[in-house]
Amino acid sequence: MRFLFKTHYNQDIDHFKHGGDRFWYGLLLVLAAAAPAALGTFYLGELNLVMIYAIAGVGLMLLVGYTGQVSLGHAAFLAIGAYTHSLLLGAGLPFLLSIVAAVLVSALVGAGVGWIALRMTGIYLAIATLAFAMLTEQTISRAEWLTGGFRGLAVPQPSLFGMPLTQGWQRYYLTLALLVVTLFAALNILRSSTGRAMVAIRDSEISAESVGINLAVYKTFAFALSAGITGLAGALFAHRLGYLSPDAFTFLISLQLLLMVVVGGVGSMRGVIYGALFIGFLPQLLAIARDTLPPQIAQAPGLEPGIFGLILVLVILFEPQGIFGRWLKIKSYFQLFPLYRGATHRRQKTYLRTERLR
Amino acid sequence: MSYLAVEDLSISFGGIRAVDHVSFDVEEGEVFAIIGPNGAGKTTLFNLVSGIYFPDGGSVRFAGRDITSLPAHRIAPLGLARTFQNIELFEHATVLQNLLIGRHVHRRSSALSHLLFLPAVRREELEHRRRVEDVIDLLELAHYREQRIANLPYGVRKVVEVGRALCLEPKLLLLDEPTAGLNPEESEDMGFWIEDINRDLGVTVVMVAHDMGLVSRVAGRVLALNEGRVIAEGSPADVQKNPAVVDAYLGAD
Repeated sequence: MRFLFKTHYNQDIDHFKHGGDRFWYGLLLVLAAAAPAALGTFYLGELNLVMIYAIAGVGLMLLVGYTGQVSLGHAAFLAIGAYTHSLLLGAGLPFLLSIVAAVLVSALVGAGVGWIALRMTGIYLAIATLAFAMLTEQTISRAEWLTGGFRGLAVPQPSLFGMPLTQGWQRYYLTLALLVVTLFAALNILRSSTGRAMVAIRDSEISAESVGINLAVYKTFAFALSAGITGLAGALFAHRLGYLSPDAFTFLISLQLLLMVVVGGVGSMRGVIYGALFIGFLPQLLAIARDTLPPQIAQAPGLEPGIFGLILVLVILFEPQGIFGRWLKIKSYFQLFPLYRGATHRRQKTYLRTERLR
Repeated sequence: MSYLAVEDLSISFGGIRAVDHVSFDVEEGEVFAIIGPNGAGKTTLFNLVSGIYFPDGGSVRFAGRDITSLPAHRIAPLGLARTFQNIELFEHATVLQNLLIGRHVHRRSSALSHLLFLPAVRREELEHRRRVEDVIDLLELAHYREQRIANLPYGVRKVVEVGRALCLEPKLLLLDEPTAGLNPEESEDMGFWIEDINRDLGVTVVMVAHDMGLVSRVAGRVLALNEGRVIAEGSPADVQKNPAVVDAYLGAD
């Protein structure tokens, strides 16, 4: 077990708490950077997709895991980011500007949704965001003059400073760079007063108000931030798809995003990465499993969403802290060996709370 | 003009008048206690003053400013902090984070600079941390600094909540039953801290309390409520002897 001797408050502020952190994250980055040399085109593409999911997951985690606002409609922001980016790129805007515009448009729409949904919490908020996602999907399919509807919209080839990004490894590095930037931005928010205000809203709205946090402002901001980051993922997702149509952004995508956050571990950024790996490779596992299953089951319609839903329920029931929580338990088992007790991580009953004030 | 002036304050929930034309004044620098049997309207009165409820009638003035219709998040920056009877901490955050959240009203940088964590933000964070450590020293919370609230015993949570309120650097502190559920030793500590907060930090304290021992020790003046109405006001000894108060607690014969 590592004991840190702290000599300065900066040690509590820094992202990397000690040399070990710096070493392992550095190694991870080196490995990620070396992946194109080691992996074939297919798996590199899959890894790229995982990282795109991870960016969207960071966005959703800020909203669900840190602000406590559940959204079942994040596919809509993914779609808005993807369509905005493709349309602007098609209109001749440079790649980077177009990505920034996609982020801003998504954030703006997110702020609108957040503002409208201010009075809703919990399941009602989830339903409202779900409705918003449906609405977005319908709007995209009906607005044929803009989006091409179900005929689809070809995504122009990206190019950065005149260099066309056509190779898999080029896109991989682009996504990796944006994922790192997104993660740092999210972690920066979380270690400042804005992030603390979000956590405060998650844990107790009434005392958040009493310490001077404007609920409306911070909830709207959290929605905008989350939607903006998801829009960024959407822009990258557009290049991955190559051809946009409304049925690429269905309810299943929203469910997958939420599943990623919950399975990974609500309230941790590392959980996002675990969740993204899980979501990214689950379809591959299912595809392999399909070959061995009897055809009545393997060909059943709705098998995939069914399994996603089942996993979501099982995780919430048996490991509410997700993969990250399980990892913490395993880690403390070995750190405390042989003194670990099963009750160490048991969830405590909460004391009386003043919910009746609402 | 008194520091906190509550005038003719009323609120009803359905047919129940929870607070009925209550008036009182708190002077700067004093410890003022509000007592009364269960359901007397003490907590409701606090919620009215701190902007969680809005009254049906009457007014609240704080430091010469009318705060009757201000929402809670606009009252806190004026220097008015409060605690809750049933503890409303941020359960899944550490003690340190809870106290830092208490510094929210003193933030200076924008959310955009937080995204980039500019050097100015770091300087600000260090400043917040120093102020929080002062509170941790005062309330002897150093041992619990890194612990999550969910893992702390009840008595410590009570103290953390006072600490969070102090992190606002308030001018007026509303304590809702600071000693409820504490053992005698913890209650005594809380009494000392209230005296320290009042005397050394110069914070005006208004507290709701049931513990008459605590009230007579730290409070200068006492207001007694029953069924939403003021039944007595004065020094602790006088109020305790007041026949209306005795009736309210023990029942009239």
